[in-house]
Amino acid sequence: MRYSAYNLVAQALRCNRHWKPLWRDAAPRPAYDIVIVGGGGHGLATAYYLAKEHGLSNIAVIERSWIGSGNAGRNTTIIRSNYREPGNIPLYELSMKLWEGLEQELNYNVMVSQRGVCNLFHSDAQRDAYARRGNMMRIHGVDAELLDEAAVRRHAPFLDFDNARFPIRGGLLQKRGGTARHDAVVWGYARGASDLGVDIIQNCEVTGFTLTAGRITGVETTRGVIAAKKVGLAVAGNSSRLAAMAGFRLPIETCVLQAMVTEGIKPLIPGVITFGAGHFYISQSDKGGLVFGGDIDSYKSYAQRGNLPVIEDVCEGGMAIMPMLGRLRVLRQWAGNVDMTMDGSPIIDRAPVDGLYFNGGWCYGGFKATPASGFTFAHLIARDMPHASAAALRLDRFSTGHVIDENGQGAQANLH
Amino acid sequence: MSRLAEGGLIERRKALQFRFDGRTYRGFSGDTLASALLANDVVLVGRSFKYHRPRGIFTAGSDEPNALVELRRGARREPNTKATTVELFDGLEAWSQNRFPSRAFDLLSVNNLLSPFLTAGFYYKSFMWPSSWWEKVYEPWIRRAAGLGRASGEADPDTYEKAHAFCDVLVAGSGPAGLMAALSAGRAGARVILCEEDFLFGGRLLSETYAIADRPAANWAMNAVAELRSLSNVRLMPRTSLVAVYDGNGYAALERVGDHLAIPASHQPRQRLWKIVAGRAVIATGCHERLIAFGGNDVPGVMQASAIRTFLNRHAVVPGRSVSLFTATDNGWRTAADLARAGIGVAAVVDSRRHVNPALVAAARRTGARVFLDAQVVGVRGGKRVRSVEISTDGHNALTVPCDALGVSGGFNPALGLTSHLGARPRWSDAVSAYVPDALPPGMDVAGAARGIFSLSGCLADGARAGAEAGGRRTEVPVAEGECSDLEPFWRTKRSRGKAFVDLQNDVTEGDVIQAAREGFISGEHLKRYTTLGMATDQGKTGAIVGQMVLTALTGRAPEDVAPPIARPPAVPVAIGAYAGLHRGRDFRPTRLTAGHAWAVERGATFTETGQWLRAQWFAREGEKDWLETVSREAAHVRAAAGICDVSTLGKIDIQGRDAGIFLDRIYINSFSTLPVGKARYGVMLREDGFVMDDGTTSRLGEDRYFMTTTTANAGRVMQHLEFCHQVLWPELDVQMISVTEQWAQYAVAGPRSRDALRKVVDRAFDISDAAFPYMAAAGITVCGGIEARLFRISFSGELAYELAVPARYGDALIRRVMDTAADTGLAPYGTEALSVLRIEKGHPAGNELNGQTTAHDLGLGRLMSSKKDFIGRVLAGRQALTAPDRPSLAGFKPVERGKRMRGGAHFFVPGIRIEPDHVEGHMTSVCFSPALGHWIGLGLLKRGPERIGEHLRAYDPVRDEDFLVEVCSPIFVDPEGARLRV
Amino acid sequence: MRITCPYCGERDSEEFSVQGEVAGPRPRPSDYGDADVKAFHAYVHLRANDFGLTREYWYHGNGCRRWLEVSRDTRNHAILGVAMASGAGRR
Repeated sequence: MRYSAYNLVAQALRCNRHWKPLWRDAAPRPAYDIVIVGGGGHGLATAYYLAKEHGLSNIAVIERSWIGSGNAGRNTTIIRSNYREPGNIPLYELSMKLWEGLEQELNYNVMVSQRGVCNLFHSDAQRDAYARRGNMMRIHGVDAELLDEAAVRRHAPFLDFDNARFPIRGGLLQKRGGTARHDAVVWGYARGASDLGVDIIQNCEVTGFTLTAGRITGVETTRGVIAAKKVGLAVAGNSSRLAAMAGFRLPIETCVLQAMVTEGIKPLIPGVITFGAGHFYISQSDKGGLVFGGDIDSYKSYAQRGNLPVIEDVCEGGMAIMPMLGRLRVLRQWAGNVDMTMDGSPIIDRAPVDGLYFNGGWCYGGFKATPASGFTFAHLIARDMPHASAAALRLDRFSTGHVIDENGQGAQANLH
Repeated sequence: MSRLAEGGLIERRKALQFRFDGRTYRGFSGDTLASALLANDVVLVGRSFKYHRPRGIFTAGSDEPNALVELRRGARREPNTKATTVELFDGLEAWSQNRFPSRAFDLLSVNNLLSPFLTAGFYYKSFMWPSSWWEKVYEPWIRRAAGLGRASGEADPDTYEKAHAFCDVLVAGSGPAGLMAALSAGRAGARVILCEEDFLFGGRLLSETYAIADRPAANWAMNAVAELRSLSNVRLMPRTSLVAVYDGNGYAALERVGDHLAIPASHQPRQRLWKIVAGRAVIATGCHERLIAFGGNDVPGVMQASAIRTFLNRHAVVPGRSVSLFTATDNGWRTAADLARAGIGVAAVVDSRRHVNPALVAAARRTGARVFLDAQVVGVRGGKRVRSVEISTDGHNALTVPCDALGVSGGFNPALGLTSHLGARPRWSDAVSAYVPDALPPGMDVAGAARGIFSLSGCLADGARAGAEAGGRRTEVPVAEGECSDLEPFWRTKRSRGKAFVDLQNDVTEGDVIQAAREGFISGEHLKRYTTLGMATDQGKTGAIVGQMVLTALTGRAPEDVAPPIARPPAVPVAIGAYAGLHRGRDFRPTRLTAGHAWAVERGATFTETGQWLRAQWFAREGEKDWLETVSREAAHVRAAAGICDVSTLGKIDIQGRDAGIFLDRIYINSFSTLPVGKARYGVMLREDGFVMDDGTTSRLGEDRYFMTTTTANAGRVMQHLEFCHQVLWPELDVQMISVTEQWAQYAVAGPRSRDALRKVVDRAFDISDAAFPYMAAAGITVCGGIEARLFRISFSGELAYELAVPARYGDALIRRVMDTAADTGLAPYGTEALSVLRIEKGHPAGNELNGQTTAHDLGLGRLMSSKKDFIGRVLAGRQALTAPDRPSLAGFKPVERGKRMRGGAHFFVPGIRIEPDHVEGHMTSVCFSPALGHWIGLGLLKRGPERIGEHLRAYDPVRDEDFLVEVCSPIFVDPEGARLRV
Repeated sequence: MRITCPYCGERDSEEFSVQGEVAGPRPRPSDYGDADVKAFHAYVHLRANDFGLTREYWYHGNGCRRWLEVSRDTRNHAILGVAMASGAGRR
């Protein structure tokens, strides 16, 4: 069912009784050409673009729970392409461009809101590092502006410029950055994929892979064996578990990333703001809640919940630059499992098993990549060669040394 | 005034004045803002989120969905504050929110008429045409309309504290179960903490007319509290909510220390966040009475039946002149009885059940109430207050009963959120038609209504049990009423008229749930996210389950077939300030000061943050027009005469043991076991992944003793790394290490006259002539007449230079003494900026080059890499990408047009080649104005840098609108032969 | 989270920092060629990242400065054992 103004009125006049399900809740068929494991944003986008861009049809997305129940439903909804490393920028910028047309592409309002992402800096050295990043963005055709302190004051006058432990010296602003409604992205891609014939199978957990002569031939699930010519994994947060079933190890440790939202308030913050001398970033949702987060809980965890010290650290960061937050109340905390790679950048590549394709290692940056992740992963699966925008995100880069380490932290997963 | 003449737990002698929406009212000590408003007949309190419908007070506690106000003014304004949880104080000011222009007349109530278009998820299907209007038109409008209260926008003037506590038994909630648990544990001598979110202990007992041991329940509670207070092992914490459960029996509790005051006392924080480690916890947080979905269930005057009893019995407030009850439990009947006893008219009691205890029915009839069994309220008339209710017994015809308040009891939701913070899911219980705790985290127990036990005697007994099991002893359970009503699940009225809400705050109706199901959102989580059911500030405590059960029924499932809800912390909203505590503003992080800090302040230094350290950046003199002039003067002075700079922030590690040399050989890429005693050597260490981790000089002070310095930034990480390598990798090595960064104050004394300056303080016994103490010498000496010191002849500036260290307690005295006695040598202080100028002129890599992405080769230090030994990082430094010949490596740069100012972060391109990603040749890492050369110079990482000396490149800096030619040169700008070091 | 340091007793996890999974012994390089790179690549980068029992290196930096090997369950954060990491990475 296509959404239009006419359609909305017509439905309203008929007491909204004739809306149809957004996607078909399919039961597994015995075999597909392609099975995508993981019904999050990335998996659904992959299926959508496989069908849309590559004309493939016999595709299933299998999800162990309800679609969007993993990190797609647990992030802080930020979209941006303000990366520094040439291996990363093309992917995130492709994503940004796809975001910009996503409502029209999907005929679904995913509320892409380009209100700007401003990274604050607090020292001369940090300014130069941000200039380096901003310049690299500009060289890649991405918008970036280096703001001095006065310009940051105009952009976000509510920041604490006068009593800060780490005074704000300026910021790197990407105006095209912003937020999108995370759940709607899942539903929009699910609807789009379903309309193109993709089977979306919920409550279907993968328990193993079937292999013949070293080549993948299907997936074993809680709802039976499903044969597949190609299998794509898009299960960030659980990548290592699936990899273990297929017999290989990844350069990934799974940690917990927490986030918080306050009670809804009238508009207070224009875009996304990040603190450069601590781990804190914040934006305001269209509903009015301030959504914010910071560092990961640095131990390994699949529990989808964290502990108090990180919450305290994040709130300290908030109060360090925005003391007006003090009386606003945190309504809810939540957490997701994040694939922390050994260089802090994602992986989109063939897996070491024939017929198996891997998409993961998104650290805490997967949401913003959703469209491009799906787009480039679909390209890889359909054509067996990487998309140019994701060509650097190889699995073998750790053994060759072509790591993409934005912050130069080295091979310790929880430092990225 | 709607206040009973007597009774209630209010202090009638303590009258309080308060203002709501600008009007002045009176209440009493012991009131909440909600009870005081009701006592003043203020029933309409605010407007709803989406439809801007008039809303009143629905509950008497922290589960309140409707009565949200902006409390206090100015910088202390707190939006979305539940009037039901605000303890009344004199001078309180509050305003209704989300209304324009007033709560009585709200223009946006037009949304109510547009509601057919504003159903679940309408925004996902609309606002797309034209696409450019989203950011410009639709979204700003939606954002303005959304949100509830207004934040102050000003810095919070109050303070917040953190506190730690340990106990054997932590009890949350002081109702019958909580008090009995605390008594059982407390009497046995266990260390008990009893948290109660209210300002009075007693929970429901304060609101009921029950008898316990033949006394009014509230009196029994007060006696119990008095006994607990007399026990030294029991800590009573009123106004304290247990908000979260963490790993390792960790709990967070929020104490509202000063929220019941207009302004917290000057010695007090506003709130205190407690971090409690408890051997056992007993969750006795009671339950929430749930609403029923029927048309008009949001009209002001519709409340929980139990809330009516709270207002009546605890606050002596008359909730209406004529009250009806709509109940699926015996609770509605109890409310009717209490109302009648207080002389308030009960218009009707409507029970959805066919079979009700005949005694209740008879008692209600005696009061003159009309009784309807197997009946339903199908509509409520009244805009800003209930005027009448429509009652149907057959689902078709309705009877109108006039009344001005309606109590609702749809059953009870055990308040078990805390039990699922660690991931445990509750289970559905048909016996009580509710979710009850199932598996519990280690150390946690649940008692009373929170466990689905809804009778008073049951709660008392269960609390005693939980307290005993938590390490207390069995305690006699007082006699109390034991009956508990039959609970038949009842969620919604069929064929009701008007909007039937399942989430009052987020304006989610039964119709929204039905539509969501139609659109395929049939998982509970999808329903929640699509309709926002249960996501408001009350977290759906009273209604979300009703919406979920409507969905469950629609999809033909039983409650036990669907995934139970799981609550996320915090249990009640917590101020961000409370989580941050004292770490805000300038106290966000500790400030580390060197021993010479006070001296630098006196000398007028400007400071810069280096991690947590404050370092003197430069020492401006009068008449200098800007920092550049100051820094140039300082740097030039070092090269011309002598300067002194505080380098105490460098990491310093004392390494001792027979195998210290072998250990360092494995840590550094170059050799240290061969270093003679009394010598210093520059060293580079890699991470195991082959990239440079840190650099610094390490000296050999004795056969078994080395003194390592690290960069300021990496001091902690290097120490941790050394410990790891020793303890985990090579425990067989006889080596020990300790950080002495803070034990030594260290000063760099640099410049051709530095030796003359040092001679003023170095004791005469020590010969520091070039012959006796040559370049790279290191020794323990004494200064100023016998004070222990260490002297290193090392140089970051390229000049004759030393670093002199004294125990930190002498750091202040030493700098003053040197400056006094060496004045004739021209010794002048210089800061980190001049330090940086001097090192750039000499091509020494520092933080901008040691960025975690560079190899030793990249930094021109590849020749140091020993091929004779294994060391950390050696193998992976040999990876293909790390040894590629075209890696960017260190080079020097100067502007072709010498007057240009260069900037860090510019990227290099070959002139005439298109600006595109594949053509980037490298980037500028560090720049400075070189007083020695008279123009700007820079260091950078450039592909095949050392081979390209003399080449012109574009320094492309679009974020600063700059683009000009630079010349590649050697990174060593001054004294490439190093002659000045060795004089 | 509470960690019982074998040296200091039960302490809050805030006193510790965690480095990551215990990655087995550090390989012994032979000729610094491809085989060594392969072995070190596995040691430095590849992780079992188990769903369930795992062993991690924790450092009691704000305590005794001992490196500890903590056995934990990644599903529920239960700590099953804490031992000195002495020699845990020795080949």
